[in-house]
Amino acid sequence: MTIRHHVSDELLLDYATGALSEGWRIAVATHLALCPQGRRRLSLMEMAGGVLVREHPPEPLRSNDDEAWISIKKRLGVSEMQPAVLQADDLAVRGGAVVLPEPLRSYVGGDLESVKWRPLGRGAYHMPIELEDESTKVRLLRIPAGKPVPEHGHRGRELTLVLSGSFHDGEALFARGDLEEADETLQHQPVATEGEDCICLAVTDAPLKFRSWLLRAIQPILGI
Amino acid sequence: MKQNSKSAAKDDLARLIARVGSSRDMEAFERIFRAYAPQVRAFMLQRVRDPQLSEELMQETMVTVWRKAAQFDPSRGTPSAWIFTIARNLRIDNYRRSRRPDFDPNDPAFVPEPEPAADHALETRDEETRLHAAMTGLPSEQRDLLKLAFFEDVSHSEIADRLGLPLGTVKSRIRLAFSKLRAALGDRP
Ligand SMILES: [Zn+2]
Ligand SMILES: [Zn+2]
Repeated sequence: MTIRHHVSDELLLDYATGALSEGWRIAVATHLALCPQGRRRLSLMEMAGGVLVREHPPEPLRSNDDEAWISIKKRLGVSEMQPAVLQADDLAVRGGAVVLPEPLRSYVGGDLESVKWRPLGRGAYHMPIELEDESTKVRLLRIPAGKPVPEHGHRGRELTLVLSGSFHDGEALFARGDLEEADETLQHQPVATEGEDCICLAVTDAPLKFRSWLLRAIQPILGI
Repeated sequence: MKQNSKSAAKDDLARLIARVGSSRDMEAFERIFRAYAPQVRAFMLQRVRDPQLSEELMQETMVTVWRKAAQFDPSRGTPSAWIFTIARNLRIDNYRRSRRPDFDPNDPAFVPEPEPAADHALETRDEETRLHAAMTGLPSEQRDLLKLAFFEDVSHSEIADRLGLPLGTVKSRIRLAFSKLRAALGDRP
């Protein structure tokens, strides 16, 4: 699997500084789970953050270190005194077949088999994902093989992460792990590749602008 | 010589964290605590402005270091980058109540590095020195932007608002800065 479309530096920086809000963060974190290159870029940013803090150190405050040390020791429970046991082997057995990586899988409540698809019309389905933070809308989308997503523009940012199958957007092909960033300047019509439904995660912070009047009419019902 | 002893100290810290992770070594943990507590406490106070809360967040950072020590991977970065990332995240969690989802290296769907390099300890130490030099060489407009992002915990679009710059300008400065930093480290990704 080779990822061709990566998270941008500015979005990754927001992830590194913690400024990215929950909805966007799910998409970026899930991309990073699939993308070693992105994680190397992230670790460089974290190192840069470390360098900046070390370079402009706030005046160290050591007034009550001994007291703090005593109180920290008290907080380390007995169970935490045991070396951590890794269960990597156990998980490796299941490897390969899992479609939804963490942190997305926990939000969905399981892998693809636990997705409760709701029809969007024309063979497309979605499943909205509930978040505490309501500044974004997050959903899984299933676009039928060979079919287009209705043409639309954007009133804000849209992130689309492919999880299974693939789609074309103009010349560009997006497959598992690829992340598409769209904004107000982009009008597009992604088309799922023939042969397999395309499942992706979509995050938006504003309703889409559909060209079709019919879609505009039913948009509030679908909540897209 | 001074550089050498500083690097040696950094290596030591990576080793101390490894000892905490593998054998719950309390003496190693205390040395990490003594080395970082004053800075982390002050780092919290810069943003939180409440000494009592800063103290609590510093202690929470140290407890997290203890809990997650086994996950520290020297090939992914330096001890100070790791500890300040933990501190920064806790500082943000404190005023943002929603969850902060992250990837999980133990997840069966996680795609690992194709071939993990072997000689990391040395490489990482060298990398931080080079990164430091490269950051000093950045144009001030790019450095200031990174400082704002890491010290004030604001997103790139909030930075654009604050500085009265077009979003596109902020984006391109971020991209320029990191392409230079990556080049300085021999285009790691
Ligand atoms: Zn990537
Ligand atoms: Zn779109």
